[in-house]
Amino acid sequence: MESLDLASLWSPISLTLQLAVTTTLLLLVLSTPLAWWLARSPCRWKEAVAAVVALPLVLPPTVLGFYLLIALGPSGPGGWVASWFGGRTLAFSFPGLVIGSVLYSLPFVVQPIRNAFAAIGDGPFDAAATLGASPWDRFWTIAVPLARPGFLTGAVLGFAHTVGEFGVVLMIGGSIPGETRVLSVAIYEEVELMNWQNAHLLSAGLLVFSFLVILSMLWLQPRKETA
Amino acid sequence: MRQSRLAFFCFTLLFGLAPRTPAEEVSFAVASNFASTARELIDTYLDGNWRGGNKYHISPRSTAKLTTQIQQGAPFDVLLSADQFHVQTLIDEGLAVKDTSFTYALGILVLYSASEPDLIQGKDTLREGKFQKISLANPAFAPYGKAALEVMQKLKVEEKLRPKFVLGSNLLQAFSYIETGNAELGFVALAQVLDAPPGSYWVIPQDLYRPIRQDAVLLKRAEKNAEARRFLDFLRSPQAQAIIKKAGYRLEAP
Repeated sequence: MESLDLASLWSPISLTLQLAVTTTLLLLVLSTPLAWWLARSPCRWKEAVAAVVALPLVLPPTVLGFYLLIALGPSGPGGWVASWFGGRTLAFSFPGLVIGSVLYSLPFVVQPIRNAFAAIGDGPFDAAATLGASPWDRFWTIAVPLARPGFLTGAVLGFAHTVGEFGVVLMIGGSIPGETRVLSVAIYEEVELMNWQNAHLLSAGLLVFSFLVILSMLWLQPRKETA
Repeated sequence: MRQSRLAFFCFTLLFGLAPRTPAEEVSFAVASNFASTARELIDTYLDGNWRGGNKYHISPRSTAKLTTQIQQGAPFDVLLSADQFHVQTLIDEGLAVKDTSFTYALGILVLYSASEPDLIQGKDTLREGKFQKISLANPAFAPYGKAALEVMQKLKVEEKLRPKFVLGSNLLQAFSYIETGNAELGFVALAQVLDAPPGSYWVIPQDLYRPIRQDAVLLKRAEKNAEARRFLDFLRSPQAQAIIKKAGYRLEAP
């Protein structure tokens, strides 16, 4: 029976939290203008863009992971960026995982924010415009506060989805301790090793954590019957 | 009485004309590195032994995963493992038939580069370490990864190279890291390299690592499956051994 090594169990947990926080913050920054454009633009082609954003919902993570492995590598844009820092590839690195996670969780953040923006309707914006508010003002004082539930849902979903991500990180990570060996990969390896004790411990932790995340989201969501 | 005798007669007539062996299914759990060779072996076997109705399935996965699935009751008849350890585990747990295991192939480890043809210069490549990433299957549980680690330990380069390790969850993934150029080089099986587009490789001398014995075993569920046993016999025939050898494996000295 293997001994319970808490330090080695903690490393993937803290790495996963770092990855999820970084990814969520980046996702909020990227998703806000994108969701705004998708919600408000009259452009005919916006649904095509929305479909591209939603692709990770449908594609198996192995497909995304495979393309990322090529895109991050020496013959793709990732290798080009890596060469500025004397590297060869962005795969097997924390930044590489962040890129993969952002793409993979993008629809989970864009969709709720887009819906929230769309639900506001034209009324409040027209009224504010009549009162002389600039588009920038209107965005920050009307759209963002009114879409707050959408931001919350998006952030929670993006965070939770990144924590639970497996296929993509397995394919582009290379299981480097403290760098790319995240929780889901650690669990996978403990199972391969038949270290049931560790696998149980990490899996049960993740289960409880996921439950709490979903529960908190349901509590945070304003609902018609309570409003 | 007479009627039942007639029924018996009809029964004998009907089934006596049918092939003597009823259709049997053989479900193979195959270590992923051996999957394509297993397919070829089964095709060859069927060329000479076709019995109408028999069915063959191959499930390629890592040996560790297959073992876990077998422990959880997966319906496999034959396991072609990538090591001995998992076969022994299954025998100890009473999930595989004791006297049916044997080594069907010895894995050959190579150091391989897809992107840089001049990089691989035997031991010196590892000693000098002029690369950023070296790929191998996870030595914690993958047989070829274990062997790779032994090679580096024997050459006393393990500590120096460890920061450059990228680990595939299995041999195929370790290979894909090299194929896509994300890792300049890595340890894989000769069988994989023979199928790949030209790169450079070094066949690692056997004295640098313990032989990678890939064992086959009949699983408990198939104890009475004659077809599965026949296939295991075929696996030991010179015809099958020639195919295995050609695919990039060694054979155990008789």
